[in-house]
Amino acid sequence: MTKVLVPSGALGLNYDQSALMRGLEMKPDIIAIDGGSTDSGPAYLGKGMSKYSRSSTKVEWQGLMEARAKADVPLVIGTAGTCGTDSTVDWMLDITREIAAELGQTIKIAVLRSSQDSAKIADAYENGRISPLQHAHEISRETIENCSNIVALAGAEQIQAAINTGADVIIAGRTTDTAIIAALPLMQGANVGGAWHGAKIGECGALCATNPQSGVIMIDFDGDGFTVTPLADGAKASPHTVSAHMLYENSDPNILYEPGGYLEVTDAKYVALDDTSVRVTGSKWTTAPYTVKLEGASLAGYQCISLVLLRDARYVKNAQKWADDIVEKCSAKVVDRLKLSPDDFNIELRLIGENASFGALETRMIDAVEIGVLGIVTATSDALANEIGKILNPYLLHHPLTQSEEQPTFAFPFSPAEISRGAIYTFSLNHVMTLDDPMDAFTLEVHDIG
Amino acid sequence: MANLGSIVGKVRSKNAGPFWLTVDIFCETPDAYEQVVSALSTKTIADIFRIDEHVVKRFDLSDLNVVKFSLPRPEIQGSAADRDMHGASWAALIGEIDIGAAA
Repeated sequence: MTKVLVPSGALGLNYDQSALMRGLEMKPDIIAIDGGSTDSGPAYLGKGMSKYSRSSTKVEWQGLMEARAKADVPLVIGTAGTCGTDSTVDWMLDITREIAAELGQTIKIAVLRSSQDSAKIADAYENGRISPLQHAHEISRETIENCSNIVALAGAEQIQAAINTGADVIIAGRTTDTAIIAALPLMQGANVGGAWHGAKIGECGALCATNPQSGVIMIDFDGDGFTVTPLADGAKASPHTVSAHMLYENSDPNILYEPGGYLEVTDAKYVALDDTSVRVTGSKWTTAPYTVKLEGASLAGYQCISLVLLRDARYVKNAQKWADDIVEKCSAKVVDRLKLSPDDFNIELRLIGENASFGALETRMIDAVEIGVLGIVTATSDALANEIGKILNPYLLHHPLTQSEEQPTFAFPFSPAEISRGAIYTFSLNHVMTLDDPMDAFTLEVHDIG
Repeated sequence: MANLGSIVGKVRSKNAGPFWLTVDIFCETPDAYEQVVSALSTKTIADIFRIDEHVVKRFDLSDLNVVKFSLPRPEIQGSAADRDMHGASWAALIGEIDIGAAA
């Protein structure tokens, strides 16, 4: 009934061109692709920038804009530019204009914006319209106002508003991964539970099938459920690969919360139609008050890092003791020389080859050949982080295990040895906001190009 | 003695948003699934992370031969104290849990 062509799990991850062409032959009603998530970390949201390169994004987006023109159906990207702020939406709009001009395409572009004014969000918090999700940290008006960027995750309704403009291309800011896929099937009367379930299964492209990196899948939605078909050569979906995808990056494998309700798949039935396609029915949707999830990132200081290698067997064996001694002595020197409080900065040495992945939670100890020591200085300004990085340097170069031995020298792979990381960010909101109308936190604009 | 990773098909660990970690143990066969369900307690997982077992959500999914655990992330994703942006390396630590005699 409604066929949604999903080229890959995210624009920038590439897709199989011949599978995309196969998808076009099946006459999709819309092409939908995700542009991001929080998974790459808080700095992209904090700075409002894309993780993927502009050139890769442009090449892949051009392929989809050409496919769209061929199929004459809408093309939608959600969470444009990794984080879906207004700045990355504008970045994506700029790329789209450039491609349209180069291809000579005359198109209508709908732009859905998800960035939020922090003062308005703080007001909503004080008016009791913002609620914590499970294990959310305590927040205050200040937490919200300290965010350099806040986005709200749009659901199907806002994407539907964009589709209703008659746009050829929809560039959406932050949306749920599923909303861009579920929107059109829901408008055309698909089973509501099936629409959201199919959208969740399809949101990572062919990750719900074998040959996950091939990307392209078709999801065909109808009044009872949906059918998912991977389109690359050799890619196959089975009831197992499809049902297992509900586990993926989802804390509860049976429930998925979306704006305005939640999906339950406990009673869903998965049937293999052949060795490639799987049909799913029995997914259940329950409506709930209309809330949208908020994501916010705030400045968490500035960092300067260093990397030094220990290869001497005695130092490798005693690396933790050596590192702890450096942190203690260097911290005292920083307090003394810069007249700082110990709370103004942090020096951490992570031992790569010993316990850099898990720190104190590491359970396995073996003798390493060498250890990479990652020095991380965090401070309240960029200048201070770099200054402390320079105070740390002589320790990393020459610190002896005992006073009685000849001065050792360790291996720096770089000059300068200090690497400025600039501002660092942290995710600071784990909350939802209640809306009277789905469009209350979002704006929609239309651009005619060409 | 057998470690978990040697009796199951795959252990996967991923972020479930910036604040949660989710661990999927794909046992692959009903036998391995039964063994994991009976030998791997929620407390063992909680102890790995040094957290209270009551904050760990557990799902025994016999249809998929999967045991799934979800827990608050040890550190918020990407914060200064976090060591693994995508939360994927925890799978290695969990795969090395000793779950007793092999089947």
